[in-house]
Amino acid sequence: MKSLLKMTWMEAKLFLREPAAAFFTLAFPLVMLLIFATIYGNTPPPGSTGSQGAIDALIPAFTAMVIGITGLMAVTMTMATYRENGILRRLRTTPVKPLVVMAAQVAVVFVMTGLGVLILLAAGVLLYHVRLPGNPISFLGGYALSSLSFFGIGFILAGVLPTARTAQVVAMVLLYPMLILSGAAWPRELMPAAVQKVTACIPLTYVVNLLRGLWAGEPWGAHLLDVAVLVVMLLAGAFISARIFRWE
Amino acid sequence: MDAIVQVNGLRKAYGATVAVDGISFEVCHGEIFGMVGPNGAGKTTTIECLEGLRKPDGGRLSVLGVDPILGSQVLRERAGMQLQQSNLPDRMKVWEALDLYASFYPRPVDWQALIAQLGLEEKRNTPFAKLSGGQKQRLFIALALLPDPQLIFLDELTTGLDPQARRAIWDLILAVRALGKTILLTTHFMEEAERLCDRVAILDHGRIVALDTPSALIHNLAAEERVSFTLLGGVSPALQQALAQLGSVEMNGDQVTVSSPNGRARPLVSEVVSLLTAQGAAFRDLSTRQPSLEDVFLSLTGRAMRD
Repeated sequence: MKSLLKMTWMEAKLFLREPAAAFFTLAFPLVMLLIFATIYGNTPPPGSTGSQGAIDALIPAFTAMVIGITGLMAVTMTMATYRENGILRRLRTTPVKPLVVMAAQVAVVFVMTGLGVLILLAAGVLLYHVRLPGNPISFLGGYALSSLSFFGIGFILAGVLPTARTAQVVAMVLLYPMLILSGAAWPRELMPAAVQKVTACIPLTYVVNLLRGLWAGEPWGAHLLDVAVLVVMLLAGAFISARIFRWE
Repeated sequence: MDAIVQVNGLRKAYGATVAVDGISFEVCHGEIFGMVGPNGAGKTTTIECLEGLRKPDGGRLSVLGVDPILGSQVLRERAGMQLQQSNLPDRMKVWEALDLYASFYPRPVDWQALIAQLGLEEKRNTPFAKLSGGQKQRLFIALALLPDPQLIFLDELTTGLDPQARRAIWDLILAVRALGKTILLTTHFMEEAERLCDRVAILDHGRIVALDTPSALIHNLAAEERVSFTLLGGVSPALQQALAQLGSVEMNGDQVTVSSPNGRARPLVSEVVSLLTAQGAAFRDLSTRQPSLEDVFLSLTGRAMRD
C-alpha cells in the first residue's frame, strides 16, 4: 500500500514534468473550447434539437475527446516507453507487483484527465455561462466509467506492440478516425446514414452518447446499451491488461 | 565457508544458440566472485538466471537458499540487483528514486545515509537524465543496497565509464564488501577482475574454462616474468654470470633484460634488485612485466580479450 501511494505520487510529479502530456491533458480541451466558441458562439448548432447552445453541446463531446486521447495516447506511450527504456526492467528486480505499477498509472491519468475536464467545465461556466447538467455527480460518474474503460485499450496496446514508436503510430491511427466518427468532434446527426452505421462499431461513440445524455439530464437507464458496452470494455480491458503485462 | 550461491550444470539456449553450456560453481559468503569473459561468453545469461529473470533450460540453482524462479519473491526482497540495461524515468530525481524504491522493501536501509555514503549529496535533486555515467551507476549501486541485501549482483557495472570513474566505482565496491556483503559481478575488464575479485571464473562460449583466485590463475600460467633496466657502470662478467643464475639474460649495450618462467618463490624483480644492490651496480629505468589475467585468458582461449 505504501509503495502504491509513493508510486502514484511519483508518477503524478513525472506527469506534470512532461510538458506535452500535461498540455494535452490539462489545457488542450480548454484550447479547443476557446477555438470552437469563437467560431460558433453559444447559439444552438445546426442540426441540434432543443434549446442547448453550441457550448453546452461541445462540453460533453470534448470530455469524450479527452478520454479518447489520454486513454489511447498517455497510457500507451508511458507504458511502452517505460518498457522500451528498461524502466520496468529495473522495477522487476524489486518486490513491487505489476498491479501496483499499473494502478499508479491509472490513478494518475484518471485524476489528471479529470482535472482537465474540471478546467473545461469551469471555463464553460465562467466564460460562456454554460448551464451545468442537472446532476453533475451523474456526469462525473459517466466520466469515471468512460475513462477507466478506455485506459484498458492503452494498456493492451502497450502490452501487445513491440516498441514505443509502433505503439504511438497504432494509437494515432486508431485515435483520429475515432475522434471524427464518434461524434466527439462534430455531431453524428450531421453524418450520412451509412457513416452513422459505421460509428456504431467505434467504442468512443458510446462515450459520446452516454456523456451527452447525462449532460442533458437523462437518467442512466436511458443509456443501457452505452453503459453495457463500456462495462464490458472495462472488465475485458482490466482482465487482458493484467494477463499480457510484460516487464520487458 | 557457506555457499550463498550454488550452480550445478546450468544450461540455457536461445533457439539454436547455446548461451550457457552446463556450468557449475559456488559463491561463498563474504567474497567478491567475478565472471569474466568476452561479450557473448554467457556471463549476463548466467547472472540473469541467478537473479530469477530468466528460466534456465537445465541445471540446479540455489541462491540465498531458494530456487531463483520458485523463490523469486524472496530473492527480490533480499538480494540487490544492478542490471546491464535498465533505466529510471528521465525526470526522476536522485532522492525521489531512492525514496520510491525504498518503499518497495519490507525493511529498507536509510536512503539518506546511502546518498552520503555513495557521494551523491550534490546530485540529490538532479534528474536521472542529467547524471553522468558514473553517477548513474552510483545511483544503481545505492538502489541495489536499499534492501540491506546479503548478496549483490553487479552486471558490467563499469562498462562505458572513463578510467577515473571506473576506479572510483572499484573503491565503492570494496567498501561495500567491507560491510560484509557478498558480491557476484561480471566484467570484461581483466584488470577490474584482478583488482576486485577474490575468485574469478573465466567464461568462454558458455563454459567455465578456469576458476580460481586471480593470483593462482596467474601463478599457474606458463608465462614469463621480465625485468629490464639500464646499467650505468657497464656490465662486468661477474655480474652477467650472477644474473644468468636468475634467468635468461639479454644484453643490448647497457640495457639488460632478465626473464624467467612464471611462478618463482620470490618475484624476479626483488631478486634482481637485491643482486644489483649486493654487487654495488648502479642502474636506472627499471621496469617489470608480470603476467596478468589478460595473459591467462589469452593462453586459455588463444584469443586476446580487449574490449
